[in-house]
Amino acid sequence: MSLLELRKLNKHFGGLHVTNAVDLTLEPGEIHCLIGPNGAGKSTLFRLILGEHHPGSGEIFFAGENITALKSFARIHRGLSVKFQVPGVFKGLSVRQNLEIALQSRHRGAELEAEISRLLGFLGLESEQAQMAGNLSHGQKQWLEIGMAISLRPRLLLLDEPTAGMSPEETHMTGEMVQHLNADGMTVLAIEHDMAFVRQVAQRVTVLHLGQVFAQGSIDEIVADERVAAIYLGQAHA
Amino acid sequence: MTGFVSFFRRLEGPQTVGRGPAFWSLFAIVLAIGLAYPLFSDGYTVGNTVYFFVWVFIALSLCLIWGYGGSLSFGQTAFFGIAGYGYGVLTLNFGAAYGFTLIAFVAAVAIAALFAVLLGYFMFFGRIAGVFLGIVTLAVTLMLERFMAQTAGPEWHIGSARLNGFNGMSAMPPLTIPWPGEPIVLFADVGLYYFVLGLLVFVYLALRILMNSSFGNVIVAIRENPERAEMLGYDVRKYQLITFVIGAALAGISGVLYTAWGQYITPSSMGMTAAALPLIWVAVGGRSDLTSTVVGTLVVLAAFQALTIYGSQYALVFMGVLLVLTVLIAPNGLVLGAMNWLGRLAARLTRRAS
Repeated sequence: MSLLELRKLNKHFGGLHVTNAVDLTLEPGEIHCLIGPNGAGKSTLFRLILGEHHPGSGEIFFAGENITALKSFARIHRGLSVKFQVPGVFKGLSVRQNLEIALQSRHRGAELEAEISRLLGFLGLESEQAQMAGNLSHGQKQWLEIGMAISLRPRLLLLDEPTAGMSPEETHMTGEMVQHLNADGMTVLAIEHDMAFVRQVAQRVTVLHLGQVFAQGSIDEIVADERVAAIYLGQAHA
Repeated sequence: MTGFVSFFRRLEGPQTVGRGPAFWSLFAIVLAIGLAYPLFSDGYTVGNTVYFFVWVFIALSLCLIWGYGGSLSFGQTAFFGIAGYGYGVLTLNFGAAYGFTLIAFVAAVAIAALFAVLLGYFMFFGRIAGVFLGIVTLAVTLMLERFMAQTAGPEWHIGSARLNGFNGMSAMPPLTIPWPGEPIVLFADVGLYYFVLGLLVFVYLALRILMNSSFGNVIVAIRENPERAEMLGYDVRKYQLITFVIGAALAGISGVLYTAWGQYITPSSMGMTAAALPLIWVAVGGRSDLTSTVVGTLVVLAAFQALTIYGSQYALVFMGVLLVLTVLIAPNGLVLGAMNWLGRLAARLTRRAS
């Protein structure tokens, strides 16, 4: 059984069809990257999956259950988790407290403390734990939010541009982080512009264009596809 | 046993300023002074101090909802008024015998909280937030004021309690504790002083524990970023509603105590000025910290009263100026700013000493 299945998902704002009959299936255990030019509808698709937007028509199945009508927090309880495009950390709270808030619903007491320390180590943020999250560098904020997202031990992790604003080294480290999580059994769906990252982690790639699935396949197939190159170049020339 | 210890360990935490032996020693000294104070003062001054204490509960309600929760409620006075009138109606009808005033106290606060459940449900589950929350809550309190103001006629009564329109309701019995032999009547002097002080200390400590618990964590998370909080699996609306109801109950405690203190309540207790003043106390003190709110409220109230005596018409203007200055100089509050500065100074001194 597939983990996530989008069936003919439509969302329009006024006359603008942001997603148009999108079909997408995610198998358990895969790392799937979603690429496409700006305005292709990638972030809107995330918001539909998370329940922040509701589709005009179409259905969303998660692990066989129709979740189209569920509220966002209920979808999180089913095993979804997200890192937003703009890092959504709790800026006025310490790094440690950020993680505590993410972890406290599954752990208590000494177990909670141990889990926070383990996660700080995994993210390389031990020396920043007492800092206000708002004072972190952009890359560190991204990692902190990834840390919060994986605290929930999700079955499906959604990453919206996880490496935006990162140096090539940081991007590579993020890629290793994602592969590490995947090796532990986490399914990942990532929106990403950085092709080095996509090449590093993606097992399958879906190209979204004008709200529709334009192409799908392995990274090599996508790179070799002249039509895909054309939509990117077309945009660059526009 | 460990659960018991960890419960009290929550008296300190990231959500409240003040920790360690230094803070709690200071707390004990202030409390001792508070307890000894009536011995060195006359009944009138003690009664006046109770009046200040009475307002701290509504200030704490705003601290909770606005400072910690990030939702600006402009209408805490609505709950103040509902509980105040509630106490009046109940005690005027059923008297003070058999400790009924205490039951009326609890019932009036419960009525205010119940009203908050209804109002809060529509606001938070309707996803009303930000400035609109302020507008709705202000509209509610002003509407209640208008409504109560037009109840002057004899047809406006509940049981034997006349509502009396703008003249307000009066002559309800003070809080009375049943006691073998003679019941203890808490008039607005020493008796009520100890009752209110005890309640204040209890509420303050309970709120410290609540805000440093995992519940408090979620509340401040919602203030910082409601979308992220929801995407960690928290039903934001539920947490906001619970906070709102606790806040309403605190404002209700103020309302009942005020009514019992002066044996008097009027519609203007829910009016524009009454609604705006708690915002100023809390903003000036430091809305995101319980201790700052308590200290700030008491200081500003005492200053306000002194000003009212010496230049009555300018006192409100001064309050406005104080608010503007606070927003410009110390947007997080003057008391909180000063406490943080003291904390940093102490840390620097201990570092230098070691």
